[in-house]
Amino acid sequence: MPTTEEVRTDLAEIVNEVAGVPANDVQLDKSFTDDLDVDSLSMVEIIYAAEEKFGVSIPDDEAKNLKTVGDAVAYIERAAS
Amino acid sequence: MTTTSTSTSTLNVSTGARFSKIMGIGGYRPRRVVDNAEIITYIDSSDEWIRTRSGITERRWASDDETVSMMSQAAARKAMERAGVEPGQIDTVIVATVTHLHQTPAIATTIASELGATNAAAFDVSAACAGFCYGVAMADSFIRSGISKHVLVVGVERLSDLTDKHDRSTAFIFADGAGAAVVGPSDVPAIGPVVWGSDGDQADLIMQSESWNTAMDPDAHEDGQAHWPRLAMNGNPVFKWASYTMAKTAAEAMDAAGVKPEDLDVFAPHQANNRITDAMFKALKLPSDVVVARDIINHGNTSAASIPLALETLLESGQAHSGQTCLIIGFGAGLVYAGQVILLP
Repeated sequence: MPTTEEVRTDLAEIVNEVAGVPANDVQLDKSFTDDLDVDSLSMVEIIYAAEEKFGVSIPDDEAKNLKTVGDAVAYIERAAS
Repeated sequence: MTTTSTSTSTLNVSTGARFSKIMGIGGYRPRRVVDNAEIITYIDSSDEWIRTRSGITERRWASDDETVSMMSQAAARKAMERAGVEPGQIDTVIVATVTHLHQTPAIATTIASELGATNAAAFDVSAACAGFCYGVAMADSFIRSGISKHVLVVGVERLSDLTDKHDRSTAFIFADGAGAAVVGPSDVPAIGPVVWGSDGDQADLIMQSESWNTAMDPDAHEDGQAHWPRLAMNGNPVFKWASYTMAKTAAEAMDAAGVKPEDLDVFAPHQANNRITDAMFKALKLPSDVVVARDIINHGNTSAASIPLALETLLESGQAHSGQTCLIIGFGAGLVYAGQVILLP
């Protein structure tokens, strides 16, 4: 099992790749929309890339609730366990 | 039509050309330019928001005289002229549209007749944004089987008729126009195998908000009025499906044609959203020198018309050239999809 920090680091790389946000800014307490300025289509791309990277399924209904980086990391950890 | 008989049967069967090709392409763009400044008088948005979410800076909306038939005929005349094919040589007319608002008859018969394609087989296809690629697939098959010699394929929409211009999720996207292609016999392979299909489980992602009989029934609505239906779209799931599932379909179409990414010259997907085009391009790992259709920037999403219009823009501007390999893929309401590799006319 990857650690929370490992999941966050991998997710930060994805966010950087998709939305151009510096990876160091992608911290657990940050809101994708309000803090990182990620728009809804970029969020779809991030979710898709995360599904591929972590081998998990994140249905649209769940994706809607992932407001912060921490929400996404926690969901991925639960889904992957 | 050529016919042959065999010793085991008394029936003649058709035999066609070995290959088919797109011989000429033409388009019609409505006169009225609607820029983002006008759009934001209808919806709570901004030019910057529209451009970053879709790439669109302006689109065309048809005026009353720019009917589905009128726009189709204008596009078809250009396509026939460029193909060097006379109206009388067209024996089949396929019109892909979801915005011909007469349930019957098909608009294809009027278009055939008014163009002078007298007695051509003529019918409409309801395959939304995949309609043009569905039409090209059928034209290719008809010509190689020998039931047709020259097929006119038209993609035409007046999406503005079914767009709620106060709907923040669609008002800035949908637009009007017509594109046409003449498909005829070829000495060399020029239309690859189609990879096509549907996914009715996701029919509700893009659809007319209610059926015509419900829309027109005052008792069906709380305010006791009839309501004009509108096209509704659930943007994010459509974006995901189009960007990733359709990238796989596009890759299959290249495989089926035996064309590798490095052999491809032009990528002309349905102009749904510039961000979808970007995501598909990335997922397909196409080389950076592949020319990519970006017609959506100036013309919005014209559904069945978008691919032939985009091809016309690329050819007229000199960005793409006759004989180049081009991947086309249409995808949309249904859900439906179809993609193939073609040689440009």
